[in-house]
Amino acid sequence: MTAYVIRRLWQMIPTIFGVILLIFFLFNWVGGDPAQVLAGKISNPEQIANIRKQLGVDQPYWYQLWVFIQQVFTFDFGRSWSTNEEVSRILLTRVGPTLTIMVPVLVIETVLAVLFAIFVAYVRGTVTDRAIMIICTVAMSISFLVYIIVFQWLFGFILGWFPVQGWSESFWKNLLTYAPLPIMLAVFVGLAPQLRLYRSFFLDEINQDYVRTARAKGVPEKRVMLKHVLRNALIPILTNIGISLPGVFVGSFLLEVFFSIPGLGREIITAVNRSDFPVIKAVTVYLAVLTMIINLLVDVMYKFVDPRVSFK
Amino acid sequence: MSAVLTNPPTPQPFQESPGVWALAWRRLKQDAVGMVSLVVVVFFILMMVASYFGLVASDWSKEKGVSYANPSFMAGAENLEAAAMAQKQAASKAPPVDLSDIDPLAPRYKEWEERAAKIAVTEVKRSETLPFGGDKWGRDVLQKVVKGSEVSIFVGLTAALFATIIGTMLGAAAGYWGGWVNDFLEWFYNIFTSIPYILLILAFAAVATATAKFGKGVLPIVLILSLTGWTGIYRLTRAEYIKHGNREYVKAAQAIGASNWSRMFVHILPNVSHVALVQLSQHTVQFIKAEVILSFLGFGVPVDMVSWGTMLAEAQNELVIGKWWQLFAAGASMAILVTAFSLLTDSLRDALDPKLK
Repeated sequence: MTAYVIRRLWQMIPTIFGVILLIFFLFNWVGGDPAQVLAGKISNPEQIANIRKQLGVDQPYWYQLWVFIQQVFTFDFGRSWSTNEEVSRILLTRVGPTLTIMVPVLVIETVLAVLFAIFVAYVRGTVTDRAIMIICTVAMSISFLVYIIVFQWLFGFILGWFPVQGWSESFWKNLLTYAPLPIMLAVFVGLAPQLRLYRSFFLDEINQDYVRTARAKGVPEKRVMLKHVLRNALIPILTNIGISLPGVFVGSFLLEVFFSIPGLGREIITAVNRSDFPVIKAVTVYLAVLTMIINLLVDVMYKFVDPRVSFK
Repeated sequence: MSAVLTNPPTPQPFQESPGVWALAWRRLKQDAVGMVSLVVVVFFILMMVASYFGLVASDWSKEKGVSYANPSFMAGAENLEAAAMAQKQAASKAPPVDLSDIDPLAPRYKEWEERAAKIAVTEVKRSETLPFGGDKWGRDVLQKVVKGSEVSIFVGLTAALFATIIGTMLGAAAGYWGGWVNDFLEWFYNIFTSIPYILLILAFAAVATATAKFGKGVLPIVLILSLTGWTGIYRLTRAEYIKHGNREYVKAAQAIGASNWSRMFVHILPNVSHVALVQLSQHTVQFIKAEVILSFLGFGVPVDMVSWGTMLAEAQNELVIGKWWQLFAAGASMAILVTAFSLLTDSLRDALDPKLK
């Protein structure tokens, strides 16, 4: 197992280098001279001259790439072009609010989707099953934007159950006052596609021989569903959660924009709006690395969920 | 050799067996849901073409109604915004306060008024209601939706087409050649997929908005979506090419001297094109949704164009003052198209699966 992890870590190096190359190509080569990008956005020519010097714009590309690689490995992306705040500080302070929203979303969504999916798979082929599937398909076709606009208007503005938007310094106040509406929205919207997916996982398992065997030897249906089927269906479900985990750190940028949550997602949108390249570059590189590490962790976790898995 | 040819076997009555596309079409025709979805999708595409050539909604940008004109079916509802606007306009027409004793231009006003009177001014009569209501500037929401569909569907379709072409080309190369080509393209694929998708889109959008290097109009968003969205198609096509590369018909083609190029695109491609078609359909839906969100955030279509995304961006503030029609029109037409397209994709997948004969 140690050998496996070491080999996987070793294999990450070319990919990380590739991500660095891609970002460099995109921002330094296609993006071009910050003086042109920032023309009209920063009026202070001294500041632009500073940025150019710092990036080594007048130097050859290999030197600029070297500067970028140093930035990645020293965690020092300098300062934001628009607010002059340190990029590392921006990232660290924005992760908190994002996780306050996204961790409850992930937990609630997964639990609900698994429960509903077991139920729907249990009543497969009936009118209930078909009705729920049709509702899911229609619900999935409505834009997330429409849901946010309508929910915010209905629950925040008309009914007044939740604040329309806002954020505070206190974690508990955020979690209990400002977060519920965005969390509810994200769960509501995320439920339909997950339910459909998990239902298909359960249906795959229900048709397996071991289920027939269990039924044949007289195991009650409840036990078949909750023990035999659920345990086996957990493997693809785990994969799916693993795929969505990196997204937890990016956050739902639409929710953060609509509800004024000072999270990473909103920070990225602001950075794109202001052509604040250092912030976007830093977020992209580090999230790519994080994604690779999460993928590795998920692969290792298979071992504990499924004893048949062996690391080669 | 010639001896064989001089004695041909008695010709059998030739019966043409239906091709894969004919069979798929036959299966699709039996699928009621698939056919209804196909009709809806074709209707939207025809509408897009008609709107592009100016047959419908050509004057969507004309301000025909009063501000937030009511929909025809609720003509009686009060419209505070239009009333306020009318009041403002009336106030501007009222004679100004008499300042003639201190105003240095006062002696010339009369002359100017005479001159102005010579120019014919036609007062545009703005209607109180529009078929499905009006927006802030009194533009017809129904026409805006039609025009918006044109942009949204065009972006979705072209981006999906580009992504499918990129994905299929790279997938064919990796799957067919294997070796270092495969290694290189796999590395490339890993780079793109290790960055969370939405972040990848935003990184491209950042560069596209900061520089003008991605072109003008809808081109930047088409490029952003297609350059980031090819990965899934690449992976599937590659798997298909690996599978087909060793099949007998490809070996036979090689034996009669078909070039690599011909084997890749003349022999194998038609056999994997159903995968590309399903992916094209699936990605169109995905990109239409993405376009709406990107345009909403201001990274999509330029401000002088209308798409479902820009309509929803306007609708956000309208809902608070009770003007729900623009939100409903854009949201509903998008939902209908996306539902139909998704169902069509499912039906296509079933119809094109040769195992389900």
